[in-house]
Amino acid sequence: MNEPFRKPDFGLEWLDADGPHADIVLSTRVRLARNLQGYAYGSRARVNDREAVYKTVQAAVDPVATFEGAEMLQMRKLGERTRRIFLERRLVSRDLLGPDPSTAPTGAAVVVSERDPLSLMINEEDHLRLQSLMSGLRFTEAWSVVDRLDDEIGQNLSYAYHHQFGFLTSCPTNAGTGLRASALVHLPGLVLTKEIERVLQGLAQVGLTFRGLYGEGSEVVGNFFQISNQTTLGKSEEDLIDHLERIVGTVIQTELQARQVLIRDAAAVTEDKIWRAYGLLRYARSLTFEELMNLLSGVRLGVSLKLLPDLRVYTLNKIMILSQAAHLDEAAGRELSTPERHAHRAEYVRRMLETEGSAA
Amino acid sequence: MPEPGKLCDEPGCKNPAVVHLTQVVNNKISTHHLCEACASSKGINTAKPTSSFALSDFLAQLGEAGQAQPGDPDVEPCDFCGLTFAGFKETGRLGCSHCYSAFEPGLKRLLTRIHGASQHVGKVYLPPNPTATDLEKRLDALRRRLNRAVESEDFERAAVLRDQIRALEPAG
Repeated sequence: MNEPFRKPDFGLEWLDADGPHADIVLSTRVRLARNLQGYAYGSRARVNDREAVYKTVQAAVDPVATFEGAEMLQMRKLGERTRRIFLERRLVSRDLLGPDPSTAPTGAAVVVSERDPLSLMINEEDHLRLQSLMSGLRFTEAWSVVDRLDDEIGQNLSYAYHHQFGFLTSCPTNAGTGLRASALVHLPGLVLTKEIERVLQGLAQVGLTFRGLYGEGSEVVGNFFQISNQTTLGKSEEDLIDHLERIVGTVIQTELQARQVLIRDAAAVTEDKIWRAYGLLRYARSLTFEELMNLLSGVRLGVSLKLLPDLRVYTLNKIMILSQAAHLDEAAGRELSTPERHAHRAEYVRRMLETEGSAA
Repeated sequence: MPEPGKLCDEPGCKNPAVVHLTQVVNNKISTHHLCEACASSKGINTAKPTSSFALSDFLAQLGEAGQAQPGDPDVEPCDFCGLTFAGFKETGRLGCSHCYSAFEPGLKRLLTRIHGASQHVGKVYLPPNPTATDLEKRLDALRRRLNRAVESEDFERAAVLRDQIRALEPAG
């Protein structure tokens, strides 16, 4: 195994399911976009710009206490599979890895803190993308740690900052605070009661938006919605964070009400759906990722409603992340074919459900 | 999604129903089928939910990609990275921090359309080797945030901000 994986849970503290509302909110993420003065941004940066940005940021990060002992990992020096594992663990973005799977763009790198839930991408669309990723609904805390990291790094660098436009970013939709905060929420109750459209419309009306599991452009799978702020300029970071915390809190309450309705008015059907999902996961011999996500959604609802009392949310979180393609390839020690991968996934899920709590 | 064959529930209305509203009131689920006109007269927003703020939306607002438009600011390309305004419209990405000055008038309008504002009111950046003005602006912003933290009884945060203010305030 590669050096960064000396710990199997590298960068996965956010899976622990120890945060508030962890059965509904998988994770909270806050990221800040920052750029350096004197270098072209992502799309217009030449190879020597990217190299210079990498070196400048490396020197600035070196004395930062948050990253003590952490390595700056250049994407190009990692194997293709390792890069995909980083992506599956949400430590890097697709944009950082670039369009060519066989190699990564020059200077693209990530630093992952060993003591805090913090990481930093270098040479993404913006020169720096600082992010904190935590379990459960924790906007204030996640903002607080990334704010501190921003201060620590910012005093060693010359950020591109404008008195009117704030922190300057490659895309004008990020300018100002450069802050994008999101919660990944599981809303099966609202989907089953067909209330979801109304909730999503409501989000747009209060300046929030939603995406799928992997952010911009990704599909909604397994009833997971990533809710985030739409604007970044003209409001303070604390205003944006408080607003999100409040609205996501309301979404959670609406989801809980929808679940009460399901349990009261459609208990038999709901219970049947949950147990069928569990049964399939427990005994299937081949699973696509999409099917897994849909079944996990039912089982997660069951755990949340205490219908499957011996299963933990943590186990379900682990299954969701560790049964993705690159993780399965890594465990098998080779590139699996698609049918093999489906079989390995089903086997992994059966083993996890057997060893980490049986509901039956 | 429209369910074919259903007519509007409103008395006397025979239009096909396009809005299917499921409501939970006092824990009772009820479903109403309404035509567009009756739905909007009841104050129901019939617009499709936007899945996300798509960059392509604002690019569309900007006009045809890569083409100069009559409303475009008549500006020189960026003197640092060479990006033209038309080039910016093609990708939606600015090339460097100088682009913000080079395209300022057009960008201000665009930022207002995207964010509903064009003035940053968040964190004030303190560069290495700050001037007295930099320090003052940073202190102002920190004091604002401190007041806010105290108001919302976030005392942990208030303590951090107070330390930051003390560290920057001139001794004496």
